[in-house]
Amino acid sequence: MVNVILIAVLVLGLIGLASAVILFVVSHKFAVHEDPRIAQVGAVLPQANCGGCGYPGCSGFAAACVKAANEGSLEGKLCPVGGQPVMEQVANILGLTVELGAPKVAVVRCNGTCENRPRQAQFDGAKSCRVQQMTGMGETGCGYGCLGCGDCVAKCQFDALRMNPETGLPEVDEEKCTACGACAKACPRGIIEIRLKGPKGRRVVVLCNNKDKGAIANKACKASCIGCGKCVKTCEKFEAITLENNLAYIDAEKCKMCRKCEEACPKGAIHGFNFPPKKEKPATAEQITPNDQTTKQSND
Amino acid sequence: MKPIISLSPHVHGGDSVQKNMYGVCIALVPALLASLWFFGLGAAIVLATSVVSCVLFEWAITKFLLKHPACTICDGSAILTGLLLGFNLPSNLPLWLIVVGALVAIGVGKMTFGGLGQNPFNPALVGRVFLLISFPVQMTSWPVAGQFTAYTDAKTAATPLFIMQNAISSGDPRVLEQLPDATDMLIGQTGGSLGEVSALLLLLGCAFMLWRKIITWHIPVSILGTVAIFSGIMHTVNPIYAMPHVVLMSGGLILGACFMATDYVTSPMTAKGQLIYGVCIGLLTVIIRNWGAYPEGMSFAILIMNAFTPLINTYCKPKRFGEVIARKEDKK
Amino acid sequence: MKTFKIGGVHPVENKLSASSPIREAALPKQAVFSMFQHIGAPAKPVVKKGDEVKVGTLLAEAGGFVSAPIHSSVSGKVSKVDVCLDASGTRRMAVYVDVEGDEWEESIDRSSALVRLSDRPELDGKTIIEKVKNAGIVGMGGATFPCHVKLSPPPGCKAECVIINAVECEPYLTADHRLMLEHPEEILVGLQLIMKAVDVKKGYIGIENNKSDAIALMKEKAKGYEGIGIVPLKVKYPQGGEKQLIDAVIGRQVPAPPAIPISVGAVVQNVGTAFAIYQAVMKNKPLIDRIITVTGKSVKQPSNLLARLGTPFQQLIDECGSLPEDTGKIIGGGPMMGKALLSLDVPMTKGSSGLLIMNDKEARRSEAQPCIRCAKCVSACPMGLEPYLLSKQSKQEDWEGAEKNDIVSCIECGSCQFTCPSNRPLLDMIRLGKSTVMGIIKSRAAK
Repeated sequence: MVNVILIAVLVLGLIGLASAVILFVVSHKFAVHEDPRIAQVGAVLPQANCGGCGYPGCSGFAAACVKAANEGSLEGKLCPVGGQPVMEQVANILGLTVELGAPKVAVVRCNGTCENRPRQAQFDGAKSCRVQQMTGMGETGCGYGCLGCGDCVAKCQFDALRMNPETGLPEVDEEKCTACGACAKACPRGIIEIRLKGPKGRRVVVLCNNKDKGAIANKACKASCIGCGKCVKTCEKFEAITLENNLAYIDAEKCKMCRKCEEACPKGAIHGFNFPPKKEKPATAEQITPNDQTTKQSND
Repeated sequence: MKPIISLSPHVHGGDSVQKNMYGVCIALVPALLASLWFFGLGAAIVLATSVVSCVLFEWAITKFLLKHPACTICDGSAILTGLLLGFNLPSNLPLWLIVVGALVAIGVGKMTFGGLGQNPFNPALVGRVFLLISFPVQMTSWPVAGQFTAYTDAKTAATPLFIMQNAISSGDPRVLEQLPDATDMLIGQTGGSLGEVSALLLLLGCAFMLWRKIITWHIPVSILGTVAIFSGIMHTVNPIYAMPHVVLMSGGLILGACFMATDYVTSPMTAKGQLIYGVCIGLLTVIIRNWGAYPEGMSFAILIMNAFTPLINTYCKPKRFGEVIARKEDKK
Repeated sequence: MKTFKIGGVHPVENKLSASSPIREAALPKQAVFSMFQHIGAPAKPVVKKGDEVKVGTLLAEAGGFVSAPIHSSVSGKVSKVDVCLDASGTRRMAVYVDVEGDEWEESIDRSSALVRLSDRPELDGKTIIEKVKNAGIVGMGGATFPCHVKLSPPPGCKAECVIINAVECEPYLTADHRLMLEHPEEILVGLQLIMKAVDVKKGYIGIENNKSDAIALMKEKAKGYEGIGIVPLKVKYPQGGEKQLIDAVIGRQVPAPPAIPISVGAVVQNVGTAFAIYQAVMKNKPLIDRIITVTGKSVKQPSNLLARLGTPFQQLIDECGSLPEDTGKIIGGGPMMGKALLSLDVPMTKGSSGLLIMNDKEARRSEAQPCIRCAKCVSACPMGLEPYLLSKQSKQEDWEGAEKNDIVSCIECGSCQFTCPSNRPLLDMIRLGKSTVMGIIKSRAAK
């Protein structure tokens, strides 16, 4: 009996010893030497691995930051999720300073709600915007607007996007949005723009992406930009609005938030976000409805 | 009119999950009738309990645990699991054991992995093997065929598999003379679990499935062929091992080869993979039967190979179009 | 009987219009010519608003080597050069012509007399290819690949035989079948011209044996033509796929991309293309019309129409009885590979082989169920791929895995989705994966 126990102890002990030796040798022989700062930088990153920084995951970004730091500057490196505080921490670890742009947010540049943009066909297939995009125009007469299958919602790691069943459009939760840009990449029509959040979150945006000629765009959607250029004229002073391919675009950096373009737009395609409700009554009922909607949306 | 838009193809062949599942159920009907004939009341109670509890558990788990809105009991997969589980049980098994078996089959074997199409192991076999390991006495006391009104009080006797194992352990080939004759085994006049009885009717069911293109020939043929060849060699080398035709017709071999191993979800996807899978099941079955602790090896062999299915799928790719020619040219 | 070796499915044939002779469709009031009637660079318009055009007048020139010119199929006045909604479901540049009368360019020989190759001994390969190029001929089976490109093999490749694709494996479509019955000799001369253009002595016409009358007729007529063989083929979809047809007819398999059919010495042309080549070379007639099958279970009079390019589909369906009440889906092409159209205002193009109207019930897909791993898609795939896996990898955006599993070899025939018992949108996802992976490969090559 004692013999059996002895043998068992000896055998197991020897196996253990042998394994320990092998492990020791292997861990030393095949060790990969890595800059220890990469791990340190990685530790302060959010580890969401969203790819918003443009690198494959947080570890990739950490490696890129260390590499950039060795070259002397962290310029152009930004973790959109962690924002300024995280980048400051990263800079501290790497012994550098960092300058950061203003906060950004995802904006869905389409107001083609079920009401504004009647469906002309029914899509039947895999529930994916990119699959629907392959059928051509999709369900509506607008070849540029939201397809409504929610590829962007599926891609959002922060639960900041959700589909509104009434409008059929995705809505951005500005509190949760980290401007990582995953939704913008997922959208086959490039509707979502990562845009300056603006002072107090206030911004004026053309909520349309339609590059068709006015007549076609007008027919397809009640809230489309028809490229008439009225907004461009109202903004002559600041030159914030440009018209390209029948589509107006407001440069967020130049915009002075006067909201005159919003009033000038005959189609109500320009929307102000997060402005306090206007005191005076607007001239027509049409103009106030979309504005009210957006304020409500953003306050959600 | 709002036209429907979708990508091609715009037509569908009309095949469906239901058609396949109920097709297998129909293929099982002849064997089911035979088992009712041989085991009477006991068989009816076991099968009915097994099917009803499987469907019930599937419904309850989808509804209350997974909170899935869609009803999955209509696709027939739970009915099939219930039938196959019942076929793998002796006709004198107490009710509560069958219900436990069904719970393990559906609950552990299928729904824990996410339901239809996700399970790595054949649910019916998971249930059966669970019962076999946990309740070996009840699971291996096989009633004698031909007792119409008996249930748990049925007379039991040794099955051909048990006799075969006896012959090996005693080392005396004369023990094999106790085996029932081949015709009895072909029509099912022997002891055993419900679905193990009639080789002929099970093969008829298999032929039906082949005709309806529910399964392909690769798995059944490779299993039965391997078992026949391997046990034939064994018998020639040492006559204490049973004759190949007895090995083929005894126990759950045919049921396993035609109905359990061919389960879509847990078998490999390519013809090559299916052949490898079938050959391995055949070898494992004979090995377990001859040298293992249990007289029956089919269930274990299938479950073991189920575990290898993902690996087989990774390495056995179908022959790509143009591949052969490209290789020939490379050699040149 | 021959057929291709891997996979394939057997859809219900539904060749409703097989016995209806080719009819000439009426002239449209306005013809719309999309500049994207072929694969490759779009054509460049050479006319402007107000220009008078005749039948056969050049409207747009080729936009590159892989491109084709477009000719007017009607006479009248160019009303505008603007975007139109075309069969691809997107808005693209097009030339609109208001029809006035029916005046043809004088160079076109409108007689129906057969011109044999022996009547025109001066023709050589180069002239033929040049004429084909100027006539704007593209693959008429639906792929619309510019024909002259296929007739000019890349350096290092030598054609050994020409195969005419008269398989018409798509259910419902009968345009090629009727063409063979009504113009057999023109097709044979067309094949001779192709053989001369690529300088080979051997030509085959592959016909599925559900068209026994066409096989018998072509066999009879082919006796008078040297080096041309008629190959009856066992019915199986997708036999009309270029690679499958080569496998079926001469038993050679084209390796995975970037290999092309010419790599195994075969030049494949559709039977409609052969006819168009005959007309272009012997009759000087550019590609301005084609035969289109207008069909569907609820269509009153399923027919084969000889229609001018640019005719709106609405008019074609009106000629076969009006659009049925229960219409659910309008398909340009056949049911397996055709494209669902957004409206009937779309004009027909060089690739329009069919117009299929499906009723609401048959058009709707059944709800997708979980994959039961039955492997039916694997055994149906004519390219030997694993559709279930590719579809899963596309869904998970595992592009590397999809590339390793040869997603780019997919010919998008739809056999997998057709056969899937769980009604899964396999091809939807595989297409998505294929286009993404091809993009990745392209950008990698650019680096």
